[in-house]
Amino acid sequence: MEGYIIEISNLYTSFFIDTQVIPVINELNLAIKKGKVFGLIGESGSGKTMTALSILRLIPSPGKITGGKIYFEGKDLLSLTNREMESIRGKRIGMVFQEPMTALNPVIRVGEQISETLIIHKNLSKKEAKDVSLELLKKVGFEDPGKRYIQYPHQLSGGQRQRVLIAIAISCNPSLLIVDEPTTALDVATEAQILSLLKELIETQNMSMLFITHNLNIMKRFGDHIGIMYAGRLLETAPVGDFFNEPLHPYSRGLIDSIFTLRTEEKRLKVIPGFVPKLSELPAGCKFHPRCSYVMDICKKDEPHMKDLGNGRWIRCYLF
Amino acid sequence: MDTLLSVLELKKTYEVKKSIFSSKKEVIRAVDSISFELQRGSTLGIVGESGSGKSTLARCILFLERPDGGKVFFENKDLTILKKNEMRALRKDMQIIFQDPYSSLNPRKRVLETIGEPLLFHGYSKKGDLISRVKDILKDTGLNEDFLNKYPHEMSGGQRQRVAIGRAIATNPKLIIADEPVSSLDVSIQAQIVNLFLDIKEKRKISMIFVSHDLNIVRFISDEIIVLYKGKIVESGKTEEVFYNPLHPYTKMLIESVKANFIRKEPVLNDDHYEGCAYYQRCNVKKEICRKKPPSLTGDKIHKVACFVNDRSV
Repeated sequence: MEGYIIEISNLYTSFFIDTQVIPVINELNLAIKKGKVFGLIGESGSGKTMTALSILRLIPSPGKITGGKIYFEGKDLLSLTNREMESIRGKRIGMVFQEPMTALNPVIRVGEQISETLIIHKNLSKKEAKDVSLELLKKVGFEDPGKRYIQYPHQLSGGQRQRVLIAIAISCNPSLLIVDEPTTALDVATEAQILSLLKELIETQNMSMLFITHNLNIMKRFGDHIGIMYAGRLLETAPVGDFFNEPLHPYSRGLIDSIFTLRTEEKRLKVIPGFVPKLSELPAGCKFHPRCSYVMDICKKDEPHMKDLGNGRWIRCYLF
Repeated sequence: MDTLLSVLELKKTYEVKKSIFSSKKEVIRAVDSISFELQRGSTLGIVGESGSGKSTLARCILFLERPDGGKVFFENKDLTILKKNEMRALRKDMQIIFQDPYSSLNPRKRVLETIGEPLLFHGYSKKGDLISRVKDILKDTGLNEDFLNKYPHEMSGGQRQRVAIGRAIATNPKLIIADEPVSSLDVSIQAQIVNLFLDIKEKRKISMIFVSHDLNIVRFISDEIIVLYKGKIVESGKTEEVFYNPLHPYTKMLIESVKANFIRKEPVLNDDHYEGCAYYQRCNVKKEICRKKPPSLTGDKIHKVACFVNDRSV
């Protein structure tokens, strides 16, 4: 379809451990418009990171993508050879991982780590790569790129390392940037800086973004479209404004209630009862039904599919 | 109300080598002359970024880390001069809950042993009635008796944190210090644990110090808050007063960055030493005087601030 940078249809990814098959992504459909931010929200183990790794075809063994299509710039990523995939990964799709402390090589100067990507993907000479790297360091907010270029990761703070990772991710002008919990390990003040940097990049670089986070507050002020994941499934997708005005899925409502009722009149937070289920021990029917206060008989037997509600809203729930 | 805990000019410094090969040492003031009081039955929230000294302060109050200076009075007993066995006996009245329930529980102990240990040690329970005592405590933390024989690896993060809370309340303490108790948990579980803290506080009349970087949670749970920056209190007071009328530029910045999109370039930090306000380099409303001497904490019981620009005494 026109206007979309990436379209994922009916994606299934599973892990094969001994004789057990553990599905980590199930019937996932998601599309990101050009120049927009798609926020993928979920708790730990909900399949957010696995979705990102599936797009990049980096699912670690014994995991495997077992079905579906991922169209990116007109090509189905799942049908490409490994060699073809290498020219997309890091070049057309950039990725920023969660842990700025571990994602950089501790014994290589940060500047050289940026140059490396440029030398591999853009065939630049060392000298050219250095010039571009300095430019990139400046772009991500360092006022003294020359000094930073020769520093090692341990000389930088968490927020600075995250900037370096962003510089690496955008070095080849990717059309899609995947960021996985980019601010979770950072302080609120540093978080605000990184978010404003990312926002600036989307606006100036003509980039689209898949933003993975468990933090709804961030998405409220950052995203264009939002997807709520639970137990490897999308339960609801919607434009950000509509979603926060009127969340529809009982899980989405519970999530919003448990964060946004931080008003002092309330004596207690509203909570979603129960625990996040393990992927190896999922209930039958709707995976959320044991924690749902609107549960019906059918929810316990058959799993609902995504239903189109119009205006870009989709929901996986029998109530609609 | 009477005062349960008072902390007077508490100090803790660490010496760190400037680099691996250097003999020069840098002194880091993790806790820099901190004084405050905690009333019986109330909850104090301590907020600040990582490295602000929140956790060190929590540990120093309990003497898990020996402070370098200052005094801590708990029920009018001076903890700095207590003998080891007196301190040990007092431990049952002051408990701590750590951030990471994955590393704060002994992986080789079942829940029964984890919660039962303090009960036996402090003589609250005999072997005979131990199981029923532990069951009661589990019930208070929202777990059923199936958990008695579970090991930590068999439980989720939220369940482990409930067990850690159970262990802390087992001896009916007067003070619980919770150091980032929900920040490693999932969103839907965080709310459950916050509610559990409120239930326990109400039911058992326990005073609490709640350390967190999450302003929203601190605001919800605390009666008073302290804002720490580089080991110093920059602002303190009644929770709503501080949130509705923040005075220190650092507090304002923290509140703003939670509320809205906040475009701010990284401040240029240079290493030159000066005697003034610790926040000087990052501050956007600084004056000349801020560089020359550190501001002191001024104001009344309801609201105090350490800032020349928004001084309460002027």
